[in-house]
Amino acid sequence: MTANPVAIAVFLILFVLVSCLGFVATKWRKADLHSVHEWGLGGRSFGTLITWFLLGGDLYTAYTFIAVPAAMFATGAAGFFAVPYTILIYPILFLCFPRLWAVAHARGYVTAADYVQGRFGSKTLALAIAVTGIAAIIPYVALQLVGMQVVFAGLGIPSTFAGIPNLPVIIAFGVLAAYTYSSGLRGTALTAVVKDLLIYITVLSAIIVIPAALGGYGKVFASIDPKQLLLAHGSDTSLGGTFSYASLAFGSALALFLYPHSLTGILSSSSSMAIRRNAILLPAYSLALALLALLGYMAVAAGIKAMPEYAAGFKAFGNNFAIPALILHMFPAWFVGLAFAAIAIGALVPASIMAIASGNLFTRNIYKAFIAPGCSERQEGRAAKLASLSVKIGALLFVLFFPTSAAIQLQLLGGVWICQTLPAVLLSLYTRWFHPIGLVAGWIAGIVSGSVMAWQLSLKSSVYPLHLGSLTIPCYAAVLALLLNIVVAVVVSLAMNAAAPDRADETVPADYRA
Amino acid sequence: MNQGNSEGRKFHPIYLLLLVPFVALLWVPFYDRIEPSLFGIPFFYWFQMAWTLLGAVCTWPVYRHEERGRK
Repeated sequence: MTANPVAIAVFLILFVLVSCLGFVATKWRKADLHSVHEWGLGGRSFGTLITWFLLGGDLYTAYTFIAVPAAMFATGAAGFFAVPYTILIYPILFLCFPRLWAVAHARGYVTAADYVQGRFGSKTLALAIAVTGIAAIIPYVALQLVGMQVVFAGLGIPSTFAGIPNLPVIIAFGVLAAYTYSSGLRGTALTAVVKDLLIYITVLSAIIVIPAALGGYGKVFASIDPKQLLLAHGSDTSLGGTFSYASLAFGSALALFLYPHSLTGILSSSSSMAIRRNAILLPAYSLALALLALLGYMAVAAGIKAMPEYAAGFKAFGNNFAIPALILHMFPAWFVGLAFAAIAIGALVPASIMAIASGNLFTRNIYKAFIAPGCSERQEGRAAKLASLSVKIGALLFVLFFPTSAAIQLQLLGGVWICQTLPAVLLSLYTRWFHPIGLVAGWIAGIVSGSVMAWQLSLKSSVYPLHLGSLTIPCYAAVLALLLNIVVAVVVSLAMNAAAPDRADETVPADYRA
Repeated sequence: MNQGNSEGRKFHPIYLLLLVPFVALLWVPFYDRIEPSLFGIPFFYWFQMAWTLLGAVCTWPVYRHEERGRK
């Protein structure tokens, strides 16, 4: 790949400006950044608009913007499930999460595991929730760095500088780590605003310029293999691609707000009404995502894959190179710089929130719960910063020493895992009927069965073909595992509630009113 | 949903609006078709894209209901 000086210059200017903003944010709404509440939740001070930018930047990541069109590029209609998925998250956000925000606000909870600890008085259950969150999020951070690598390769920046392999990613990571460490969630929120503006400029330009150059949407869709344009309908022997599509959309929607980074975004908002307003306003991003997904088809229509100048990129990154290649092919160099900066900054925002969220989890539910119960607020804040730094270093090492496919496979497993925290975190918002031991048993059943199913699929797909007699039900493994999880949780809770009722609960009904 | 349990408000039918996007989008065979296409975009794609807006439209009356309940 040849270096592209104009694109690199524009890219670097934007990247440096945004990074500076991340550091300046320590001065924004000045507060004592040594405490976890201020550093890790922005002092729960963000109104509707900042929450919109923050959650938008958090949920729609750089990797999403590369991987969703890449899935369309490679597999067609099945890759579009990200669209119903990111629509269905919002009724769930609207209904359930104001309750969680309210109880967290009333009791000073910073993480989902804090809430579970308070609701059930069980350190074991809280630990299970915390560990699941951290395990699910590290590969997610790693994927953001993969997204950056793709962009650097597209710009023609050599991956080895001065004899040090992967130096560009290491530098970008250093910037991320430094501003997250110093300004916490405030820095992320400010960079999210700029990132989103750049993303919207890129998306709007792409959906106008590219179809025009290709002869309209009709031509774009006409160039797609008709077999890929729709899903396979069910038959007498299988429920078909339409069922697996629905199960993927549904299961992913259930899982999304259970991820620590989503919850950090929600808990940092200043009121429950700000969350409800965002459940109405955030679908704007889903529309942008749908339009971006169609870029995958435009890359097919433009014949990107056959162009010799992009062969090296496809060889290194597979189909994830489709969108950078399309942008390089269609736009002048200065715009390439802007679009790629949008993607790279789009990686910084969620990576930073993810690292902050896992720092919060480690500190509150492992360090404070098991290692240093009597620690001061300052020590707690320090531990959170160091933990978030370790998560980033872990993710970086992962990207440097393992193939990209490992991060993708682990992220797939992470989605299955995080879904298994749903009974303890979401169902418990409505009832305290479950017994903590029942929830732990359900969690184990869900994690084990989900992992086994994913393993049997060689971690290449998350759609498990369940055989019931002669009928095959292709279903998202996370949903099947969650069903088993709930059944086990109910059965064990029935037995435990009869044998050894447990009513430990520091929350009261009034805490949930939002 | 809590049917009048002590930990929240009473159930109101307006909350059923939040289920509408689930019915529309999870009944995939209904929209897994090419026609009617719009500006050359097959039904499968524009139907789901339309729901990014329709989903918000379904949530709006529920939001208004919440707002009234707070006054």
